[in-house]
Amino acid sequence: MSTSDEKANEVSVDEAAGEEAAASTPGIEEKKPFLGLEKPIVVFFIIGFAASLIVGWIIFPKLLYSQKEQPVSFNHALHTEEAEENCTSCHYFRADGSFSGIPKLESCKECHDDILGESPNEVKFFTEYVMKNREVPWLVYSKQPDCVFFSHAAHVLAGNMECYTCHGPIGESTESRVYEENRITGYSRDIWGKNIAGFKKNSWDRMKMDDCSECHVRENVNQGSVQTEKGGCFVCHH
Amino acid sequence: MKIDRRSFLSFVIGGAAGTALSPLPMKLTDDLSIWSQNWPWTPVPDDGEVSYVNSVCTLCPAGCGITVRKVEDRAVKIEGMQGHPVNRGGICTLGLSGLQLLYGPSRVRGPLKLVGKRGEGRWEKITWADAISEISGKLSDLRSGGQASAVGFLSGSDEGTVPHLIKRFLKVYGSPNFIRPTTMRDSYALTLQLLQGTASHAGFDFHNADLVMSLGSGVLEGWGPSVHMFQAHSRLIDQGGKLIQIEPRQSITAAKADKWIPLSPGSETALALGLANVIISESLYNKDFVENYAKDFDIWQKIVIDLYSLDRVAKITGVDKSTIISLGRSLGKAARPIVICGRGQGTTAGNIDQFLAVHCLNALLGNINQKGGTRALPQPDYINWPEPQLDDIAAKGVQMAREDRAGTPAFPHTRHLLSRLPEVTDSENAEYPLQALFVYDDNPVYTMPDTQAVKSAFDQIPFVVSFSSYLDETSQQADLILPNHVFLERYQDVPTAFGLPQAVIGLAQPVVPPQFDTRHVGDVLLAVAKALGGGIAEAFPWNSYDACLQKTLGARWETLVEETFQTDNGFAASGLGQTFGTPSGKFEFLSLGTDKTRRRLYREFEMQGEATAFPLMLIPYDSMRLANGYVGNPPFMVKTLGDTVLKGQDCFVEVNPKTAEDHGLVESEIVMLSTPKGEVQVKIHLSDGIMPGLVALPRGLGHTAYDNFLANKGVNFNQLIGPVEDPVSGLDAAWGIRAKLSKIEA
Repeated sequence: MSTSDEKANEVSVDEAAGEEAAASTPGIEEKKPFLGLEKPIVVFFIIGFAASLIVGWIIFPKLLYSQKEQPVSFNHALHTEEAEENCTSCHYFRADGSFSGIPKLESCKECHDDILGESPNEVKFFTEYVMKNREVPWLVYSKQPDCVFFSHAAHVLAGNMECYTCHGPIGESTESRVYEENRITGYSRDIWGKNIAGFKKNSWDRMKMDDCSECHVRENVNQGSVQTEKGGCFVCHH
Repeated sequence: MKIDRRSFLSFVIGGAAGTALSPLPMKLTDDLSIWSQNWPWTPVPDDGEVSYVNSVCTLCPAGCGITVRKVEDRAVKIEGMQGHPVNRGGICTLGLSGLQLLYGPSRVRGPLKLVGKRGEGRWEKITWADAISEISGKLSDLRSGGQASAVGFLSGSDEGTVPHLIKRFLKVYGSPNFIRPTTMRDSYALTLQLLQGTASHAGFDFHNADLVMSLGSGVLEGWGPSVHMFQAHSRLIDQGGKLIQIEPRQSITAAKADKWIPLSPGSETALALGLANVIISESLYNKDFVENYAKDFDIWQKIVIDLYSLDRVAKITGVDKSTIISLGRSLGKAARPIVICGRGQGTTAGNIDQFLAVHCLNALLGNINQKGGTRALPQPDYINWPEPQLDDIAAKGVQMAREDRAGTPAFPHTRHLLSRLPEVTDSENAEYPLQALFVYDDNPVYTMPDTQAVKSAFDQIPFVVSFSSYLDETSQQADLILPNHVFLERYQDVPTAFGLPQAVIGLAQPVVPPQFDTRHVGDVLLAVAKALGGGIAEAFPWNSYDACLQKTLGARWETLVEETFQTDNGFAASGLGQTFGTPSGKFEFLSLGTDKTRRRLYREFEMQGEATAFPLMLIPYDSMRLANGYVGNPPFMVKTLGDTVLKGQDCFVEVNPKTAEDHGLVESEIVMLSTPKGEVQVKIHLSDGIMPGLVALPRGLGHTAYDNFLANKGVNFNQLIGPVEDPVSGLDAAWGIRAKLSKIEA
């Protein structure tokens, strides 16, 4: 320990001596640098600063997300027109209160037992999936990690929330938009939000924990934990 | 412009400042944290619709109701079924970890044929069509060569439709050799046959008893229907009843009992007779029953008083005279006492004297067919198929003596004597050596005593077929493995388990579709019968096993599919008048099993081995954390074993500190445990809860097959012990074997 300390001292003494020597060099004293810095150095700082901003704001988001197409482009608008009970016709609550999420092929086949129309998407859906009895591998924009506990029943049935509060006007869409998959986490860009800085305009623009808690605080959701009588972690985290 | 060290540093500082003002650090940190919570090897179960399927667990004979939680097509949890008469919502560790037997790595994924020698473990995949034609070809050859009776079928049970199909197959084929393992259930059945004259199962109304005296029975270690027993025990305690445990080792049951009385191993019969002596001498017996419903009580009582004086019993058992008197009085004065026997889980049949003595004790206490007493439940009667037509070969074949001699004049009362298999397979002893053996729901190479002898018996059988779903020890000695569906993939009728107070028929139903290319053993039998043609094919008119089961259960089918069980109230205790089927119509204290000429009710048994060479006695012990039957321990259960049972690959034997001191042994020392049958390395665990002179080894370890989670952990008790034949029943009466502990020279 003492040896390394001594070495460190030696180095600092040397450096100090070097700087003194540089300062005493004739000629350099005469140029008055901007803010005490030399011009080229400022230029380099600005280059580094600008480059990293470009990387951070533009290149990084482009690299981070890969663009994927849904297996079949889905027309929500068309289906909600046909469906009697709006969203819940396909996205329903099961008898035990759990949420069905994206319908299985079985539900689709209730209407699509035969080909309906000639649109390329319908042909693809019917020949690739209905005829082969294969589930459509939908890419789920709202998929959260397994550690996130979310109950649709608590929000929709008990809390009387509307679907669009979190999911936005997805029901009006006429085609499936590109699914941007985070290359690191594997989840959709929708979770963090389209805006890389995390700013949002609408309640459905992003779905991180802060967005849950924002609403939970505003709506005064029972925040207390029975065990700890402290903040509301255990409302969602079990 | 010169790029020097300063300008470079400036660039880096600028970059750092820019980066800090961009979303990159925050976003990257967030993403990396999510990534780190989602490693590809972290199991994340698929989300989906949750459903529950009720079925019956068939991992042991108890037949507990189970409710399996499923997410989409995948079974994710097994729970006890609420309201089921056997387990009332409870479940044991084996049942709970049953999913590992469904999805575990040691399953056989399709029919396999041995390539090369047995034991080398080299297999080739074959198709079901090839497997069935290979078997039917072999059976056809044997039959036309006059060797039909040399075909044996070893089945884990003889009740239910599959064993009945097997028996029917052997009958029309022409072989008497349907054989199954024997347990205390057989000794109890024989006892009921001899004393009460009924072909029935023993049942006990534990839930209404106020005193349970157990002669070594593992009430909390898997004796009888284990979950039912746990619940009966809790109820007994809640209602202020008492449990008295009598055995040489302090088992979990003993530790939880109101009293634990250690006695010399093997002397339980003498103690039961000593207790009878106290009850008779102090006139504490049920006079109504003895006078009106029993025969030969006077003679029996005289034998007990004359030959089993308390001094003699105290000497044999090592239990104080005063303790025997106090135990006898507690029994005599209890309102609804039950005495039970069958050591540990009762996997060994035991000696018949003990069962007779204990049942006579129950009769003396007047608890035969009473509330809180013993029951004799009729055999299930729902399988009523028309008698098949036998051709000449079949008619001749079924007349041949059984290979194991059960039912012959030597052992007239016994139906199966599997423990004689190694002896009779030896070609010198065999009348007709077995040419082919089929094994279903059993793993004799692991579960039978004297593993080496069993293995060499298997070596001598030219054609062995295993129906196991696992690569277990027996499958490894087979020429063909035709994997059956496992318990959550198949239909199976489950008749009343031993020990239940009422008759319950259960129906196990498929919870998930078969995971691999397996086939129900019933369907394989039907296919083989069809391939053999003629009268054999005609005896099996069903298209599939499921169709056969549905037709057999008839009106019960719909109830069973919906409820998974059916109780028959008609089987409930039906008054003493009709209970006894003996010639006298009464309970016969002196049965055919009793040595009438010498009037001995107790025969001392010598366990194998010389006392000089083997000064100690090795006994097994059972645990709810160790499955020791044909189903191996799933990994969850291995994990629950304590550090004084199994540590790493080494297992422990329990010895008293005094015994250890005499032998100069210390805790955790690795020693050589030898018996006349073999020797193994074990570790010493000192315990005050075992009598000096004894060595106790857990049963259920030491598998050599299955997977890495089970194989080569500890030692198999069965490789150290051999069977000891009961002179009356011929069943295996061994409760231990002489042994020696020796230091290992460094």
